[in-house]
Amino acid sequence: MTIHAASFRELRLDRLSRDFGTHNALKDVSLTIQQGEFIALLGPSGCGKSTTLNIIAGLLPATGGGIWLDDKRIDPLRPEERGFGMVFQNYALFPHMSVNKNIGFGLKMRGTPKAEIERRVAEAVGLVRLQGQTEKLPGQLSGGQQQRVAIARAIVVEPPLVLMDEPLSNLDAKLRLEMRAEIRRIHNTLGATTIYVTHDQEEALSLADRIVVMRDGQVRQVGIPEDLFSRPDHLDVAEFMGFRNKIAGKAASVSGEHATVAIDGAAILGRARNTIAQGAAAHLAIRPEDLHPVAAGSVGLKAQVISTEFRGREFVGFARMADGTDLSFLAHDKLAPGSEVTLAAEPDRVLVYGAAA
Amino acid sequence: MVKDTRLSARLWAFANWAVIGFFILNLFGMIATVVTSSFATRWLGTWLPAGWTTRWYSSAWDEFQLYDVLSVTFQIVFLVVFLSGLIGVPAAYALARRDFPGKKLVMLLFLLPLLVPPITFGIPLATVLYRAGLAGQMSGVVLANLVPTVPFVILVMIPFIEQIDTKIEAAARVFGANTFKLFIYILLPLLAPGILAALLLVLVRTIAMFELTFLTAGPTSQTLVVALYYAVFAAGVRAVQSIDAMAVIYMVTTLLWLLIALRFVNPTQIVARAKR
Amino acid sequence: MSDTASSIPLSQRLAARGLDGLTLLVVPAILFSLALFIYPFFYGLFLSFNPKAGGALANYQRFFSDSFLYGTIATTLWLALPVTVLTLLMAIPIAFRVRTMKHQRLLTTILVIPITLGTVLVAQGLLNYLGPQGWFNRALLTMGLISTPVKLLHNYWGVMISLVITGFPFTFLLTLSYLSGVDPALEQAGATLGAGPWQRFKHILLPLLLPGLAITFCLSFVQAFSVFPSAVLLGAPAGPTRVISIAAYQAAFEEYDYSMASAVAMIMGVVQLSIVVAVLAARGLLYRGPAGGGKG
Repeated sequence: MTIHAASFRELRLDRLSRDFGTHNALKDVSLTIQQGEFIALLGPSGCGKSTTLNIIAGLLPATGGGIWLDDKRIDPLRPEERGFGMVFQNYALFPHMSVNKNIGFGLKMRGTPKAEIERRVAEAVGLVRLQGQTEKLPGQLSGGQQQRVAIARAIVVEPPLVLMDEPLSNLDAKLRLEMRAEIRRIHNTLGATTIYVTHDQEEALSLADRIVVMRDGQVRQVGIPEDLFSRPDHLDVAEFMGFRNKIAGKAASVSGEHATVAIDGAAILGRARNTIAQGAAAHLAIRPEDLHPVAAGSVGLKAQVISTEFRGREFVGFARMADGTDLSFLAHDKLAPGSEVTLAAEPDRVLVYGAAA
Repeated sequence: MVKDTRLSARLWAFANWAVIGFFILNLFGMIATVVTSSFATRWLGTWLPAGWTTRWYSSAWDEFQLYDVLSVTFQIVFLVVFLSGLIGVPAAYALARRDFPGKKLVMLLFLLPLLVPPITFGIPLATVLYRAGLAGQMSGVVLANLVPTVPFVILVMIPFIEQIDTKIEAAARVFGANTFKLFIYILLPLLAPGILAALLLVLVRTIAMFELTFLTAGPTSQTLVVALYYAVFAAGVRAVQSIDAMAVIYMVTTLLWLLIALRFVNPTQIVARAKR
Repeated sequence: MSDTASSIPLSQRLAARGLDGLTLLVVPAILFSLALFIYPFFYGLFLSFNPKAGGALANYQRFFSDSFLYGTIATTLWLALPVTVLTLLMAIPIAFRVRTMKHQRLLTTILVIPITLGTVLVAQGLLNYLGPQGWFNRALLTMGLISTPVKLLHNYWGVMISLVITGFPFTFLLTLSYLSGVDPALEQAGATLGAGPWQRFKHILLPLLLPGLAITFCLSFVQAFSVFPSAVLLGAPAGPTRVISIAAYQAAFEEYDYSMASAVAMIMGVVQLSIVVAVLAARGLLYRGPAGGGKG
């Protein structure tokens, strides 16, 4: 394999801002990315992740802050002067060019000799396994094949940085899993640095070395997938990471790592994730798969069952607490709608956030 | 569609087809009359002429100096096509891609010359062009014809440009294309069908544009349609067949381009410009 | 550590409002339209108030006191309004009939021919075709429908017929393009709810189509109102078909009174505009949303 990523030490976003009205706003986004890292920008739509990516690519101007590649400031450069590779959400393949021409476009723009373009395009085609499709137009390819062309087009120029904007969102579930593995394989092969934008936390968790969770144009938390999955710093990050049950209560006692929250007469023990003042309002965050029915009378959340759905091995249940809070949980048996249920989780799987979150 | 088989519905359908049939019959009758007459030796008070000849074509060619008229016509038409493309396509690109304050007003500015009939704005326009010393020569005719064709190109091209994903242009930029290369390698090939369609429509409309050319043309800058008007206006001076021969030449010129244009556009596009 | 820009450069602020180098591409077209459309209009307006003789309003006073001049308005309206209404009434049912046709393109191609050929050629063709010895009169005579040829040239009817021949296809194609924007599923939905053909037309299609028909009416009317070559060639330009554009043309190119010609052109524009504004104002009261189903 002769395609290698051009090298640099680190890419630094320094207090990047974009401030035009409310749309696409970005506020003081700072981030340092090491050579060879796979970074996922994760967040709900409108959180600023795509805006960040487009600013890095040079497609949108920032209104404040700077982008540094080692000690070179690149944010004044036009997109065509940055030399990055990018995979777009709808692939943005040139519809009037063959697969070969699409992949070779970046090299042609750089004035690479014809023979070398041919050689490198052929290598990239091999890397994304598109042999035999090279004379087709994008319109004649399947979604997965178009995706491969888009990736090949981005990596063939040996960019220091590959930017990916929700590249898998247009594929069906099966293809998405396949391409996910493929993207990681190509990243490892090239030793490239990749910034990957997605709203799918599962995708981010499985692909990234580090995940950057964004919300409302700000970075909420940066961390390795394992940390984000089990120890989100904020309540909203927790919710986004799959802690779908959010229950309001009052902090009864706090001791070190642990906190007890009084909810509807029950004292629920969990792990404190931020500063919690005793007696102040606090929230519990629990994943549905960690919340199970326990024997009536045990300590837990009392609720009335709304429905249960069969999910193969288990049942997913929906219930409502007296104060109107909706809960989802896993159960081994089908529960009758309207019946009373007490739900509890291991204290280690219960996160407690104080009002500051 | 919902099918209706009652008698009243059938009668109604029949009436509709009868109207359209009658219309087309008379249209073709009218065209056939001109063609027949142009090949007639003598045609008075009979269904068909007494004999056939092609001599009217050569006499029309000489009498009306059709060589000059045709060459003037095509010079004017191609200048108009070229310039309206040159001015109109970039403007359409800007309007399709950017939202700026006053854009609605600009759109209105381009809509008006298409809504107001040529004879209405043609008279003040001709006055200005005469004062500027441009009317009566080819440049004046070209300028006058551009007034509706530039907006026409803009309004036809805007939806065409809008349907090209901006991400494609972004991709070209990211992969190293500067503005010029972006235009040559991406925009031009993608817009070619739209530009071709718009310019063919301009071509057909300009060949047939009577009013503006009539108001601004001098003796040496007449197009075919204006020459035809003067010939018909002064009917009696020359044989009817000769005028008809000229009319056939005009028809063939126009319809030839129409046929070419229709390979690329829908007939309704010739009247209905961009949907608003 | 860094030299973060504290204030946003002007060019970026402009770009955020949609003003950058690319936007400038529209400038040549704007300048062109200003110079050759807007400027001549105001020049004409100005000129019309500077008559050859008399006060500022002399041209307009002359126009409205001379029946040979002000009469042209009625003459033109008397041609343009019936033609517009007639072509629209013909076009609507036929467009409904045609929109589901498979070989629609053949018909639309045939109908676009007279528009493409233009009024001058149609006039020349009709001079032969409608004449006393022409095929039209011959056919009627042979069928025994008439005993002497009908006079259809050099009078009101000649101009009327030529306007219909170029006007009907225009109106029809415009109506058809609006009609094809109405989702056929809406009519099917109406049918499943028990609406008959007339009810479907009245309650579903017509309301969705009316805004488009209003535009069609305006464009067709404005075209017919500016009738010129056929009024000269097929009509009686000194009498019954002395339309307003003839008056303007004569003032400009026969009397060389550009000031008067501009005044007539302004009056012509005002009449057209007032009808258009009236129709569009009525259109403002109509539903103007999408004519598709719920999606989009």
